Amino acid sequence: MSSLSSARLRRSIALHLFLTPLALIWLFPLWMMVVFSTMPDNGIFSPGIELLPHGNFVDNFNNLQRDTNFVGAIGISVSVAVTYTFLSVLLTSMAGWALARYQFVGKSGVVGIIFGTITLPYAVVLIPQFIMVARDFQLANTWVALIVPPLFNSLGVLFMRQSFSMMPDDLFDAARVEGVKEWRIFLFVALPLARPMLAALAIILFLASWNNYLWPLLINSQPGSMTAPVALGTLIGLTKVSWGGIMAGAVMLTVPMLIVFVLLQRHFIAGIAAGAVK
Amino acid sequence: MRNRNATAYRFLAPYLLIFSVFWVWPIISSFIISFQATRTVPWRFAPGFNWGRLIGDPAFFNALKNTLLILVIQVPVMIALAMVMAVLLNSPLLKARGLYRFAFFAPVVVGEVAYSAVFRLMFSLDFGIVNKLLNSIGLPKIDWFSNVTPAMALIMIAVTWRWAGYNAIILLAGMQSIPEDVYEAATLDRVSKLKQFFYITLPLLKPVIVFCLVLSIIGTMQLFTEPFLITERGGPGGGTETLGLLLYRQGFRSLNFGYASAVAYTMAALAIAITLAQLWLTREKQ
Repeated sequence: MSSLSSARLRRSIALHLFLTPLALIWLFPLWMMVVFSTMPDNGIFSPGIELLPHGNFVDNFNNLQRDTNFVGAIGISVSVAVTYTFLSVLLTSMAGWALARYQFVGKSGVVGIIFGTITLPYAVVLIPQFIMVARDFQLANTWVALIVPPLFNSLGVLFMRQSFSMMPDDLFDAARVEGVKEWRIFLFVALPLARPMLAALAIILFLASWNNYLWPLLINSQPGSMTAPVALGTLIGLTKVSWGGIMAGAVMLTVPMLIVFVLLQRHFIAGIAAGAVK
Repeated sequence: MRNRNATAYRFLAPYLLIFSVFWVWPIISSFIISFQATRTVPWRFAPGFNWGRLIGDPAFFNALKNTLLILVIQVPVMIALAMVMAVLLNSPLLKARGLYRFAFFAPVVVGEVAYSAVFRLMFSLDFGIVNKLLNSIGLPKIDWFSNVTPAMALIMIAVTWRWAGYNAIILLAGMQSIPEDVYEAATLDRVSKLKQFFYITLPLLKPVIVFCLVLSIIGTMQLFTEPFLITERGGPGGGTETLGLLLYRQGFRSLNFGYASAVAYTMAALAIAITLAQLWLTREKQ
């Protein structure tokens, strides 16, 4: 018995000896992001090795705000992400509900098309989307342009379909016998029951909108209409720019999401894992 | 479940409307545009114009070569690493599991712009922490941005850092859905942990692995932000130019929508071909 447990101990030590350096390497870029954001520019571009935070974050932030209106861009990003998340959760769960709970003509076609789009690169729709929104609808540099086209997502619908189809039939049949209308059953019976899944979906959608880069870069390119990642991206590669400022911006984009991640880890992981696991 | 066409389609209507306007029509439209000369007003139908240019364009083949090179190296390395992470995070021997999970999963929430900026600073030639650390252990500095091989390696390192944990989450969830008693039975029969991994975990996890591969391939196929921001518009001298970057340059810098659409359809065709090949291969073995 004791030899067994000492073998376990040895295995456990080996496991930690391997995993700890790997974990530190993985954390290193995030740690350096914080360190850089607190260093003056001449400290970032100096020959010494600096691994600990300094006290320059506020100055760096002021430099960033001088280089681009980052606070305004954050405001746009937050408003867009909140609106997008609300609308997308609603649309996605309505569609998921229909696919999970009703039999209807064309159902397998709809499901098949949704599955098909998972393997279709977004690049294929990008150019016509841009032409349509910018030229035909004249909506470039508006919130609508940022919010509406990304509303379609396939993994979310499949996740909600899965969630709703696992609920017992009796629940809804009881309400139907009472003569409750279908949309009320959806709103007041099904949605409250799906709260954990909705939370997972909302987190993933919020994050996707918050970090979205290519579409906002193309469609909202005017300075006053840029989202925060796009505004920050315009500074990367400029010659006269405060890198401490860029890092302060990166921290402001990243740290709130890390906090949300730590607090809501279970929902986060459920949302990401949802696509693959039934 | 009951047959209710009207009710079902009422619930589906907003979703299908967005889908039709912003996906179905663009898929058709970009196919049509790829057969048009789009730098004349009005656009005119010219079947061989873009596709003919594509097959003779060195810039296209350069971008294609780079994209496939990244795909062939980065995706398998990342999935293997994600598998290692998932297996070890799943080990009952692991203490402080939450800290390790945080370390590997945290990059999942980091935006492309934020991490591209950090990687640029970390890998800079004279002041980057990576070269300083290499120097301090007696290794020579690497010029990550002026030479093609290190620049490509940097792109692959960055993408792997960002996405390995994401895949580990999916693989870990897959592993945890394998019933415990399968392993208990194997342990009773004195099957080693390593054999259990190869004969139980891997086969049962195959659909999940394929899912990860498909998502990763489609993601890497469209790689744009990292070569755009980290190696500065696909530098050095087009050494990290990808199909995504070529599409951006042609479509949104030169406003040549026709040619960019042809590039987009090439990406789609490749993604679909690889996905189908993968589905076919994994089905064959079962």
